[in-house]
Amino acid sequence: MDDMPEAATAGGGDAAPASLAVILLASVLVVATCGLIYELLAGTLASYLLGDSVTQFSTVIGTYLFAMGVGSWLSRHVRSGEMAVFVRVEILIAALGGWSAAGLFLLFPLVGDFRVVLYALVMAIGVLVGLEIPLLIRILRHRFAFRELVSNVLTYDYVGALIASLLFPLVLVPQLGMIRTGFVFGLANVGVAIALLVALRRQERIGRDMTAALIVTTSLLAGLFFADRLQRMSEVAFYNEPVVYARSTPYQRIVITRRDGDLRLYLNGNLQFSTRDEYRYHEALVWPVLGRVAQPRQVLILGGGDGLAAREVLRDARVGHVTLVDLDPEMARLFRDTPQLAQLNSQALASPRLTMVNADAFRWVRAEQRRFDAIIVDFPDPTEFSLGKLYTESFYREVARLLAPQGVMTVQSTSPLIAPRSYWTVASTLEAAGLTARGYHAYVPSFGEWGFTMAAHQPLGDVVRLPPHLRFLDAAAERAMFDFPPDMARRPTPVNRLDNQALVRSFAEEWGRYEG
Amino acid sequence: MKVEPTRRQVMGAALAGSGAALLPGCTGTSFPGELGGADWQRGHLIREGRFPAATGPVEDVGVLIAGGGIAGLSTGWRLAEAGFADFALCELEDSPGGNARSGRNAVSAYPLGAHYLPVPNREARALRHMLRQFGMIMGEEQGAPVYDPLQLCADLEERLLWRGKWQEGLYPASALTPEDHTQRSRFDAAMAKFRSATGSDGKPAFAVPMALSSEDPQYRALDKQSFANWLDAQGYSSQPLRAYLRYSVRDDYGTEPERVSAWAGIHYFAGRRGWAARGDGDRELTWPEGNGRLAALLANRLSGHVRLAQSVVRVVREGGKVLADVFDHRQQQTRRIRARAAVLAMPHFVAARVAPDFAAKDGFAYAPWVVANVTVSRPPAGKGTPLAWDNVSAASESLGYVVATHQTSSAGSGPTVLTWYLPLSRETPAEARKILMTRTLATWQEIISDDLLAMNPDLAGAIERIDVWRWGHAMASPVPGFLDDPARDAAARGKPPVWFAHSDISGLSLFEEAHYRGVLAAEGVLAHLAHPFESLV
Repeated sequence: MDDMPEAATAGGGDAAPASLAVILLASVLVVATCGLIYELLAGTLASYLLGDSVTQFSTVIGTYLFAMGVGSWLSRHVRSGEMAVFVRVEILIAALGGWSAAGLFLLFPLVGDFRVVLYALVMAIGVLVGLEIPLLIRILRHRFAFRELVSNVLTYDYVGALIASLLFPLVLVPQLGMIRTGFVFGLANVGVAIALLVALRRQERIGRDMTAALIVTTSLLAGLFFADRLQRMSEVAFYNEPVVYARSTPYQRIVITRRDGDLRLYLNGNLQFSTRDEYRYHEALVWPVLGRVAQPRQVLILGGGDGLAAREVLRDARVGHVTLVDLDPEMARLFRDTPQLAQLNSQALASPRLTMVNADAFRWVRAEQRRFDAIIVDFPDPTEFSLGKLYTESFYREVARLLAPQGVMTVQSTSPLIAPRSYWTVASTLEAAGLTARGYHAYVPSFGEWGFTMAAHQPLGDVVRLPPHLRFLDAAAERAMFDFPPDMARRPTPVNRLDNQALVRSFAEEWGRYEG
Repeated sequence: MKVEPTRRQVMGAALAGSGAALLPGCTGTSFPGELGGADWQRGHLIREGRFPAATGPVEDVGVLIAGGGIAGLSTGWRLAEAGFADFALCELEDSPGGNARSGRNAVSAYPLGAHYLPVPNREARALRHMLRQFGMIMGEEQGAPVYDPLQLCADLEERLLWRGKWQEGLYPASALTPEDHTQRSRFDAAMAKFRSATGSDGKPAFAVPMALSSEDPQYRALDKQSFANWLDAQGYSSQPLRAYLRYSVRDDYGTEPERVSAWAGIHYFAGRRGWAARGDGDRELTWPEGNGRLAALLANRLSGHVRLAQSVVRVVREGGKVLADVFDHRQQQTRRIRARAAVLAMPHFVAARVAPDFAAKDGFAYAPWVVANVTVSRPPAGKGTPLAWDNVSAASESLGYVVATHQTSSAGSGPTVLTWYLPLSRETPAEARKILMTRTLATWQEIISDDLLAMNPDLAGAIERIDVWRWGHAMASPVPGFLDDPARDAAARGKPPVWFAHSDISGLSLFEEAHYRGVLAAEGVLAHLAHPFESLV
């Protein structure tokens, strides 16, 4: 308290008393709002990216409040020039807080331990915010009686907190999204700094601080302007649900999201299943095939490392053994060893009746000699030339060689509604490989109308034996899958060959048109 | 236009490289890898005559084949096809295949040189016979051969980095003037006309094998001038067109358009009329190890006949037979072989030293090349068209890279090997060979990684090793006047009981030419030895 008088003059607090006092009191409201917004952003982001929102919110808030305490304590080391320090603190908060949401989203896939980055940022913003109120109190101490001063500052501080806590969930997140919210409040912080600098321009040399403030303003405005692009660059912001797992393997980017018990798997950003409706997809994938094979002892699954198709297959007691070929060992590890995920496939990947092979199916089928009674082909959509090879005549010829004379196979074949030409290309290609083919489709809400193509050496009939108690398929539902209304009806298509990759090209065109 | 920065890069890299040599392990830019190449120490032994006199008994064989590249292997293959088994094939290197040799690491097999074979023309009968035998031709449809789709190059074949963006195909598709378009169409039309042209002797104007081309003077006259002169005279001045044509002749001949015969330049575009069912005529056969696949299949059929690390160092006449001194590089001994006939399936400049009685001193010019195999932990990407088999940058002196796993993988991710090609065509061959012999591995690695990263900045941090292979005499260049070179003519005829077999004789370093020359020499020998056979040519 003894250094107060000396500090007062250095702060330049006597100049332009009326306007400056208003600006300063208004800034209490602004900085209080901004401070809470950054805290809420960090907490929301953490629970969004790391899951377990109670823990994330609790630790983020705790860290933040503690950091504010550190900031308040550090304020004692500011012996002179509170105003100048306060302005710089505002500029720094604007930069850090303004970019916090965008930065955390962008860094999430890039850094090894996201928590280190998250808590370092929370600490930094917290320390800076903790400096604000003590500095403001010291700057304002000659304008108000102490009684009034404390009352004013704390009132505006708590009002600001209320504004922030109401705006954040009701307006900001739904209307602006987290990335834009960060930028908007960063601009508010730097706005306080600029207003003070303008008010102080007569007494202080403000050149350097003004330059810094303008640079930060420009970067925040640019961020706001390009927020959509940043959002797209940032992988996690791309998903609509909180990401609970994300990892890059040498082969793909695996992301698992969860919201309210709906767990979703994305590979390279493409949805593979949603736990809400995957039973529809996997029953349609598996049972029309198994139901048409008299003795499906040996079953081959190509792709499908999540084990969900294997789960369906293993429910059939007639199946002696399943061979599952998937490129990525990480998928197998994830869906075998993570209890929550292994539960989804009923521990299929750990079954003694299943052998997992981690290999490129394109090479594996050429070397394989065994025959299989049923073959389930469940690859990702042909979005690129390398995947397109797994839908070619040459590939199907090899698969046909592995299919027993009375065996039946099926191929997941993209949406017959959105991409009818691509869908029917699979049938044409299977036929070119010497098989008979029959298309069928099912409605899977998270995918939309989805298509499959069944194929065999023999003509494929309608007689099917389904087990009781399937959730989606009974005899009538199964039969209905083979009817195609005119908008999905068969049309002439080219054969997909290694040298024309007709499917990859039509797939890109049809889905491109659909997605705009 | 794009030459200077590359030169500067090379200079800068050379300086950095010498630093690296002084301070091994102290630069951040060197990668694991090996510097390999055609064994010129063994080669120079012949030039300098440094080998001991022959000892031990003289071994008698029916036919001696000197050289285990594609020409020598094809000679042996043709003899074996005719049921003639009494022959020995000596190869100086430790593995057969010549330019078609290949390497292999944990990630993939990869080529060290030649890496594809275009679907052969109708006239390439012997070659088709071989491809049928190897299962590459699977059958016939409407009389035309059906090629194995898994061995034909898969889509996407080629992409070009043009103005910062990858596009499909090797000819620029954007930022062209109307004049560029006009000249391109005019050039394509002119080549299409040459492709279907027949000479006054009823033969195609341009054939593969080239020996079956027409002798019509109106086409032969094209050999009198350089390709660059011919293009100038025809008014082909469009920059993008000329850059594309330069790429093409460097790709096939390792030489600049200024030093290539116009006949050869046109042959590149007009010689191919691939014959195949299902519209596959304009495609290529390729494998992870490149033409190493063909070399290995040929060598497998000749096992028991092939002797590796054995240089045929001298060939003289003895009555109606041939006496050859063969230096064994492992035993460091020279032995003598007496053969009823010999086929010298070696580059002509070597044949002229080994058998001065038979081979004319040559006027052949040879283009030096560098081929690097770059192991990367993830495949290259880039803006625009996705990764293709052959990836070329319009802004680079290199010919770009091919992807070894293109044919075999459906992963689209994970590690792969990129084979990077650079013909040293700017320098004179002598200068270039000096560079090849003196430049360090670290220098090459820096040049190669700079070039790759300029094409694919996304490969930063993904390069795991760079193995560099140097070819001092990679291929004979079809210089203006090569068609009428008397040395070429004499070599083509042979001097019984000695025949020559090498793509040098064709002047075009192509698998088809080496194979044809091998088959031709073998059939000459079979006729000489009165062994019955039905000609494949």
